[in-house]
Amino acid sequence: MKAFSFSRASTPAEAAASAQRIEGAKFVAGGTNLLDLMKLEIETPTHLIDVSKLKLDTIEATAEGGLRIGAMVRNTDLAADARVRKDYALLSRALLAGASGQLRNKATTAGNLLQRTRCPYFYDTNQPCNKRSPGSGCSAIGGFTRMLGVVGVSDACIATNPSDMAIAMRALDAVVETVSPEGATRAIPIAELHRLPGDTPHIETVLTPGELITAVTLPKPVGGKHVYRKVRDRASYAFALISVGAIVQPDGSGRVAVGGVAPKPWRVEAAEKEMVRGAKAVTDGLFAGANPTHENAFKLTLVQRTLDAVLTEARG
Amino acid sequence: MLRASNLREHDMTSPGDLELNRRDLMVAAAATAAVASAPSGAGAQPAAAAAVRAPSKATVSMMVNGEARRLVDLDTRTTLLDALRESLQMPGTKKGCDHGQCGACTVIVDGRRINSCLSLAVMHEGESVTTIEGLGTPDNLHAMQAAFVKHDGYQCGYCTPGQICSAVAVLDEIKAGVPSHVTADLTAASYDPTADEIRERMSGNICRCGAYSNIVDAMSEVAGRRA
Ligand SMILES: Cc1cc2nc3c(=O)[nH]c(=O)nc-3n(C[C@H](O)[C@H](O)[C@H](O)COP(=O)(O)OP(=O)(O)OC[C@H]3O[C@@H](n4cnc5c(N)ncnc54)[C@H](O)[C@@H]3O)c2cc1C
Ligand code: SF4
Repeated sequence: MKAFSFSRASTPAEAAASAQRIEGAKFVAGGTNLLDLMKLEIETPTHLIDVSKLKLDTIEATAEGGLRIGAMVRNTDLAADARVRKDYALLSRALLAGASGQLRNKATTAGNLLQRTRCPYFYDTNQPCNKRSPGSGCSAIGGFTRMLGVVGVSDACIATNPSDMAIAMRALDAVVETVSPEGATRAIPIAELHRLPGDTPHIETVLTPGELITAVTLPKPVGGKHVYRKVRDRASYAFALISVGAIVQPDGSGRVAVGGVAPKPWRVEAAEKEMVRGAKAVTDGLFAGANPTHENAFKLTLVQRTLDAVLTEARG
Repeated sequence: MLRASNLREHDMTSPGDLELNRRDLMVAAAATAAVASAPSGAGAQPAAAAAVRAPSKATVSMMVNGEARRLVDLDTRTTLLDALRESLQMPGTKKGCDHGQCGACTVIVDGRRINSCLSLAVMHEGESVTTIEGLGTPDNLHAMQAAFVKHDGYQCGYCTPGQICSAVAVLDEIKAGVPSHVTADLTAASYDPTADEIRERMSGNICRCGAYSNIVDAMSEVAGRRA
């Protein structure tokens, strides 16, 4: 690990200002993704700003009837919150399907949203990777691609976003609140937080340098049946091959977001209008323009069948 | 410049390193110039990556197994795991994968189990850490330690401290009403420590000897159920 200096932020605005002022600084929250990548020298910050003790660790009701989740709320606490379990069960389910009990005890809402890809070539510093070292090439294209993306990918990068939580956040229309180094706040719909790779896969979100996530808000509950189904190589403690998060209403309409297939939580609002017609109609729309490899084309079928099972469960 | 001031501080505390630090300072200065022209978008690699950087030191105080401990001159890179094993000479907590994947390093911090390998010691200022050494002693075993012995919940024993710390915290999590991936009803008021619940909740602790079924037996006994 490269040496770094360390400081503890006392307010969100101060954290953001320091991050901009100190060249090469990064925020650290739970540290479960960042420290892993620092040990491998994939991330090499010169300075860490500890934001984990900021008073951003509460979940509060909003005036609109939704919830405002502090950026530093631990994944365990979010999944266990009584209001989340009752009204946003998809979020609890997605969180509980991710990582391990130990990791969820440290991982935070903001850190989870910003966790980086699990592409094996991104992790292997001996291999070219446009995301890790821009312009070096993509080792995954033409390599082992079983775990990689099928839609929204580019000629520069076919990595997926590995977050389970983000799939639920996307289906729930979450909004990400931030503060900039200048102290300005803004609200970013989750659909717009993550960028598609295009020819700059190293730029993963629309956040500007130093911008700190302070909270994630959920609109008022939409009801319906919430189902998160994750398909993986082990029954527990493994990243998704694919996952399907759905909210299904009694009339058969609903929402669906899919994980393990794209560089961001994948949801196509036009496709979910077809939900009453069944899984195939929805999946056709979700994967219009998909560009799978021969090793991961199975994900298209797997999503369709998983969605079929999810719809059956939701209606049952 | 933060880095330069850290270097100065370091020079004063360990004059023997002066030669090395001067060289580091020059490399760091060159790297800083390079950084200025590198793209600063999220995820971009600072050019400083290749440079040698002088370590930055910090002091941290925490409670470890009920005793106040103070670590001075601690390299900020030190994980909680290395602070326990190396600085405090408490080798009970084990280093397995060192990447949060195996669970051998599990300790309990402020009542919650975490992977001590993926956490910086400096981030635990003022917190209270319990390791396997703090749960019980050879003549006064914690109930979970005794149950692991009775049910043969190990073979080589390397993952055992992490398994036991995790096991103790898992039963507390179930008691506190924290749901899991296999919990059927998310809105239930309480959960039973069934074998399925125990298996799912213990999935972050890998045992290469495969003592899993005996671990479930040990935990079930402590939870007051027959496996
Ligand atoms: C073995 C293992 C298995 C895992 N399995 C899964 C899985 O199955 N599913 C899954 O979804 N995840 C999984 N994870 C990933 C885990 O969920 C993430 O590591 C975790 O959510 C990251 O949160 P953190 O708070 O620890 O982030 P950190 O590591 O602290 O930070 C991550 C990134 O976010 C930035 N950041 C943190 N806070 C803020 C903020 N407030 N504003 C702006 N930037 C910020 C940091 O600078 C850093 O770049 C796994 C991890 C491991 C190690
Ligand atoms: S898919 Fe993306 S992350 Fe993986 S090697 Fe290619 S550029 Fe790197």
